[in-house]
Amino acid sequence: MEYLISCQHMFYTYHTLQGETPALCDIDFQVKPGEFLSIVGPSGCGKSTLLSLLCGLIQPESGKILLNGQNVTGKCSIGYMLQHDHLFEWRTVKKNILLGLEIQKKINKETLKEADELLKTYGLYDFKDARPSQLSGGMRQRAALIRTLLLHPDLLLLDEPFSALDYQTRLQVSDDIGSIIRKSGKTAILVTHDLSEAVSLGDRVLVLTPLPAGIKAIIPINFPPELSPLQRRNTNEFKDYFNLIWKELNLNEL
Amino acid sequence: MNSNTLSAAQIAFLQAHKRRKIRIHLYRISILILFLFLWEFSTYKGWIDDFIFSSPSKLVFCCYHMILENQLFYHIGITLFETIVSFLLVMLLSLIITILLWFSKSLTETLDPYLVVLNSLPKSALAPLLIVWLGANYKTIILTGMSVAIFGTILNLYIGFQGVDPEKIKLIRTLGGNASQVLLKVILPANLGNIIGLMKVNIGLCLVGVIIGEFISSKCGLGYLIIYGSQVFKLDWVILSILILCCIAILLYSLIGVLERRQKRNM
Repeated sequence: MEYLISCQHMFYTYHTLQGETPALCDIDFQVKPGEFLSIVGPSGCGKSTLLSLLCGLIQPESGKILLNGQNVTGKCSIGYMLQHDHLFEWRTVKKNILLGLEIQKKINKETLKEADELLKTYGLYDFKDARPSQLSGGMRQRAALIRTLLLHPDLLLLDEPFSALDYQTRLQVSDDIGSIIRKSGKTAILVTHDLSEAVSLGDRVLVLTPLPAGIKAIIPINFPPELSPLQRRNTNEFKDYFNLIWKELNLNEL
Repeated sequence: MNSNTLSAAQIAFLQAHKRRKIRIHLYRISILILFLFLWEFSTYKGWIDDFIFSSPSKLVFCCYHMILENQLFYHIGITLFETIVSFLLVMLLSLIITILLWFSKSLTETLDPYLVVLNSLPKSALAPLLIVWLGANYKTIILTGMSVAIFGTILNLYIGFQGVDPEKIKLIRTLGGNASQVLLKVILPANLGNIIGLMKVNIGLCLVGVIIGEFISSKCGLGYLIIYGSQVFKLDWVILSILILCCIAILLYSLIGVLERRQKRNM
């Protein structure tokens, strides 16, 4: 049992009155514990569908998803970071990060203490009683990450979590969050359409074909482990990986 | 906002703003005073008949007498009671029904045409039926008040519930929440502003409904006073009741306004 999550020959089709749209076609891959997998693909290729399947929000039409060898259901310990932070304006920052614990009825002295510690670690403690609108984009994304991390997920799913930020903030936040995830040793799957983000964060990059999405290639990324995502961007290999994935993506279109 | 020392230009701006507000208030009050003065003066001069149009002084006199006879506050109390009860019931029932609709899409689709029809039906048409069925008592009047507001409230609330960002619902789902947690953590808080907006509309609608009910059958309340007064040509009563209704409407509306400001401050 060396894989944390394994997708086995997964298919998924959307049904509407206008007809059916195959979205995923024979998706088959594995992720080891502690690994960071980036998934890239052309826009509208079913990337978000894949994540919804991985966290058990929807069930595959055929095929299996195993987390620690067991079928994935909605109740698994998977953390999901959405495209927007979705911090609720009617709650304070602290109340927002406690939302997950509140829902799972896990609020107690220890978890509250942990929440405070995480707030301190990520520089949000002074803002714990502020409203989300008073935070910067980067701080909001960090708050959203704390909200997810407090539930101690085995697997983190990131659905283009930086795409709503402006370019400069995006570089900072992805560096920030990438480092946090590395340090905590979490397994993560990042879905993105930004190739350089995929290369700068991932241990492997999975390239999807256009709709219906199948696996085009899986490209291992080898950087010295001490490099942060931003430092990776400055290496020579970075460009090579970028071009390699670019080529794979464009082959799809021919 | 936090700086303690304001620039001269800022002070000038704030003062200009304050002066303007005072001016608007003065205009408002002078319209009222001018109106009352013209009314009184033209009845005094005999330009209009104070038997039909009454006059401010006659109204004050009439008001004073009715208070002495313990009549006025009795009627006001009845109308206020009926309005507030029907308002509270409308809000409570429509919230419950909307939550049920939100939980079951099939129920919503089934009931949709009925709600639309009931909402567009002129509710005053229902009042005579209600009176025959339930008798001429305060229950009927409360029900008439409710019937005016409830269907529109349900439709509006439901649209508000549906308008919540599906990604926010997805967030609760990914955190392991079930449908009732989606309701409590997202749908209801996100709709608080909407609910208060509907309260503002409904308090007025319920008052309208209650007065319709009192018109058709009742032995007390301001609606009764208006109808009875017009039948016995006590037009002082009628006009006084209408003026009191204006005051009640303002009072109830500003009560909801207090609630709204409190909610905005908490946001």
